[in-house]
Amino acid sequence: MTPYTPHTPDSRRTPGAVGDSAPRPDGPLKVRGAFAYSSDLEARDMLWGTTLRSPHPRARILAVGTAEALALPGVHAVLTHRDVPGRNLHGAMVVDQPVLAVDAVRYEGEPVAVVAAEDPETARRAAELVRVAYEVLPPVTDAEAALAPDSPAVHAGGNLLRHVPLRRGRAARGEPLTADVVVRGVYEVGMQDQAFLGPESGLAVPDPDGGVTLHVATQWLHVDHDQVVAALGLPREKVRLHLAGVGGAFGAREDLSMHAHACLLALRTGRPVKMCYTREESFVGHVHRHPARMAYEHGATRDGRLVYVRASIVLDGGAYSSSSPAVAGTVATCSLGPYEVPDAEVDVRVVYTNNPPCGAMRGFGAVQACFGYESQMDRLARELGMDPVELRVRNAVAEGSAVANGQVLDHPAPVAELLRRVRDRPMPPAAPPEGAHLARTASRGESVVRGVGYAVGFKNVGFVEGFDDYSTARVRLESAGGQVRAVVTSAAAEVGQGVVTVQAQIARTELGVEQVAVEFGDSSFGSAGPSSSSRQTYVTGGAVKAAAEAVRARVLERADRLLGRPGTATGLSGGAVTGAGGQVLCKLADVLGDEAVEETVEWHHRPTFPLDPHTGQGDSVFQFAFAAHRAVVDVDVELGLVRAVEIATAQDVGKAVNPQALLGQIHGGTVQGLGLALMEEIRVEGGLMQNPSFTDYLIPTVHDVPPMHVDVLELADPHAPYGVRGVGEPPNISSPAAVAAAVRDATGLDLPRIPLRPEDVAGLTRTPGSGVR
Amino acid sequence: MSLPAAMDFLLPDRLDEALHAMAARAGTVPVAGGTDVMVRLARGRERPPAAVDLTRIPALARWERSAGRVRLGATVPYTRLADELAGPLPGLAAAARTVGSRQIRNRGTVGGALGTASAGGDVHPVLLACDAEVELVSARGTRRVPVREFYTGPGRTVRAPDELVRAVRVPEAEGPQGYAKAGRRGALVVATCSFAVALWPSRGRVGTGIGAAADRPLPACEAEGFVAGELAERRLWRSRRPLPDSVLTRFGELAAAAASPADDVRGSSAYRRHAVAVLARRSLGRAWDDYCADRRAKEAPCA
Repeated sequence: MTPYTPHTPDSRRTPGAVGDSAPRPDGPLKVRGAFAYSSDLEARDMLWGTTLRSPHPRARILAVGTAEALALPGVHAVLTHRDVPGRNLHGAMVVDQPVLAVDAVRYEGEPVAVVAAEDPETARRAAELVRVAYEVLPPVTDAEAALAPDSPAVHAGGNLLRHVPLRRGRAARGEPLTADVVVRGVYEVGMQDQAFLGPESGLAVPDPDGGVTLHVATQWLHVDHDQVVAALGLPREKVRLHLAGVGGAFGAREDLSMHAHACLLALRTGRPVKMCYTREESFVGHVHRHPARMAYEHGATRDGRLVYVRASIVLDGGAYSSSSPAVAGTVATCSLGPYEVPDAEVDVRVVYTNNPPCGAMRGFGAVQACFGYESQMDRLARELGMDPVELRVRNAVAEGSAVANGQVLDHPAPVAELLRRVRDRPMPPAAPPEGAHLARTASRGESVVRGVGYAVGFKNVGFVEGFDDYSTARVRLESAGGQVRAVVTSAAAEVGQGVVTVQAQIARTELGVEQVAVEFGDSSFGSAGPSSSSRQTYVTGGAVKAAAEAVRARVLERADRLLGRPGTATGLSGGAVTGAGGQVLCKLADVLGDEAVEETVEWHHRPTFPLDPHTGQGDSVFQFAFAAHRAVVDVDVELGLVRAVEIATAQDVGKAVNPQALLGQIHGGTVQGLGLALMEEIRVEGGLMQNPSFTDYLIPTVHDVPPMHVDVLELADPHAPYGVRGVGEPPNISSPAAVAAAVRDATGLDLPRIPLRPEDVAGLTRTPGSGVR
Repeated sequence: MSLPAAMDFLLPDRLDEALHAMAARAGTVPVAGGTDVMVRLARGRERPPAAVDLTRIPALARWERSAGRVRLGATVPYTRLADELAGPLPGLAAAARTVGSRQIRNRGTVGGALGTASAGGDVHPVLLACDAEVELVSARGTRRVPVREFYTGPGRTVRAPDELVRAVRVPEAEGPQGYAKAGRRGALVVATCSFAVALWPSRGRVGTGIGAAADRPLPACEAEGFVAGELAERRLWRSRRPLPDSVLTRFGELAAAAASPADDVRGSSAYRRHAVAVLARRSLGRAWDDYCADRRAKEAPCA
């Protein structure tokens, strides 16, 4: 791996400030296996909860009998929907999902009853003794068929969950879309899983005041809190949520899983209740990436300028809404790619089916769209006889360009530069490095063909479409024994991305002190918004920066008063108050004395606006982020097996706040995309998951991960704190498309569907969706 | 409704204790490394009355070489097999190296694989290609079963419910051997399909085994017969000249014809059949190339 070297640090800067690879406090613990994840929680007199789930993707519930289960020694509670005292529905956006099923189940694995018992085995056996009489119904399993008028309705309101139409240029004026050169294709993306390692788990502890405290691994305490409070029917202040150690998230912890169930059991039994999903249960216990079917038509001039794009995109939302409405919006906003397209007619529909529910996953719809439009760009390049990178560069957006939602990019958008950077990197040597084939016995180089593919992608950072998104941070500067330290508090969920480290770095930068403690705020503290959508460094970072600035202003005022010279104290550095020339005026500890300075700020990023419901136009996004990938692969064209040889990527991050953490994000996101291209898919047949385990849901191992070259641009976004740009998702967006393009390059096959199966790559399948529609 | 009883977990130190336990209660499950059994138990798919852990019985954890054979105790883990027996059992060692991850190889055993008899288990094709013998033991006595008669169906073998796999007897290699595995991932993957080949110059025989391409591991008998005939007719064992491509291709076709693969999440039936042909052709080609190149072997007497 090529290390990324940041700019030479400013010698006056506090060590561990913004721009340094400050070490993460949880790093050594995690490496040593000493970190306490949510699944490691314990309490005295603790009971174990388990969930009885529907084995059917669609059925009526005729009766539920709990007597036998309750009679089993060691069982303390068996609860059904009748035992939900509050609102028996949850949902982060649309409240449509029962806490426990009432008279119907809509997907395999839907919770029907929960049990608390002395140990997990007894709880599991009790769950087997709960008698549920089902009337099994034929499931709705095809998203396009679900839109037909005669399809059974998954929910009373019909199967269309959201339709986002997008009309630009001639399409908006009702004029026909024509061009000299037209290419069409239908592309599909399978259902990817977030495949985090820490299963859904937590501990609910009943409180003496009749309330309950839940320790849980999540991405956003506050949205969980709202839903748990509603389900329990308790006053808000009687329900407290604390962040427990999170073993990965990637979007799969945006919805409730065991939260309300554990609280219900704890309140019923009066004892702490732990729930920890098994691996197989985890696969049905969270949402997945939406499978997509995307029919694209691109029109261009003969010299390779895009004229129009027409697209019809259907996403399978599964049984409940989760984040589907927002995902559909992202697909639409990203549907044209980071390209100048004057005319566009795009329809994105997300649909209810009886398949596993889909929702948030890293990339949030931009991944699927990127595979569609980038596959089309390659097809167009072939049609035009152009170099695929040159075609992309010719159409790339830049600052001042408008993207699909009509929004004019008012920050750097170096798409052409990112493409040139990955293209201009030297190619890896033709022969695979010694030992590269060791892990594989199928080929010693027989029938191996090399391929190269490119892709560029983009996505909004943060929440969109007028959502008033903010984060709350408290910064306290205090002196104890002559040592000055800052304490930062926020409810930003550390899900492994490093937001704790970033908050400390910002405090160091603004306050000039090395010692910073970061504390997790619980649900009674102000919301930080979710660890989602690449937003925490921007939004919680912005809140910490603003709070630290407010603290600094007060400290400087105090210093001025102390010095008796208003306006002389201008900065904090090295634990001292400094003047305009950087000279030390006095020690910070002396200014603070024993009176700490504390400020709490609720920080909102600049506003966004809704999309027009008819044209999909509107300044719905406060920042876009961009990355490009070049994938080099070796394909055993006979067996259809692919080995990635090297991946090069370039990404504009605005400002590399923590270069090491940034590299981790870029490597990880790229590999997650490689997994989607080559192996990661939940196979669903008749609404039933075929591979809910890590035996057959494959994610790349170290043997599958090639050397990566990471090129980082730091073009500051003038609207963002420190110029930062969200970094978590972009590496995940264009890597699948680039890998697929490389395999196409090696095989000459269309390969319109990812993940690529060996039979596809070996040319044995006529994949549905190939050819012209 | 009667509840499933709790499961006893027995930890005998001696083989006779284990055999007694196996005989005492019907449905008792033997456990070696546990890499298959424990997964099935954890998923609640099986609730046997008892499990017998065999890993504390020293006699099962040894291997010995005598009279041109390796007698491999049932609980010798894959790691040791790969590290200690790559010389006499190169094919089996190669297959052992492709099993799971390092952690799984530290636990998993050939005896356990024979107990589970998964069609996709990595060692079965090599055992077939080597004409290994399985040693079964029970309180009633001991018997040896040629591995070609051992597998009877999906996860089923001739092992009686009270029998344990005590050891497997594998002839030491007298020519090149190979194991080739097609899987979607570079490591830690269950085979989509696999193929093993072993050359036995003294007998003029090419042994084969196919994995994950039928309801059980199976040899490619017709392919074996075909290539043995070609090698004899063309006097290639002695001349060590290259095998014509047409022979390799036909060998692959016959191997594929022996398979009767299923469609599942790991691969389509058509892909598996295709891949068996490719793996068989490549495996034999490589083994034969190695045979032609091996000077040391050249000096050895052969048919």
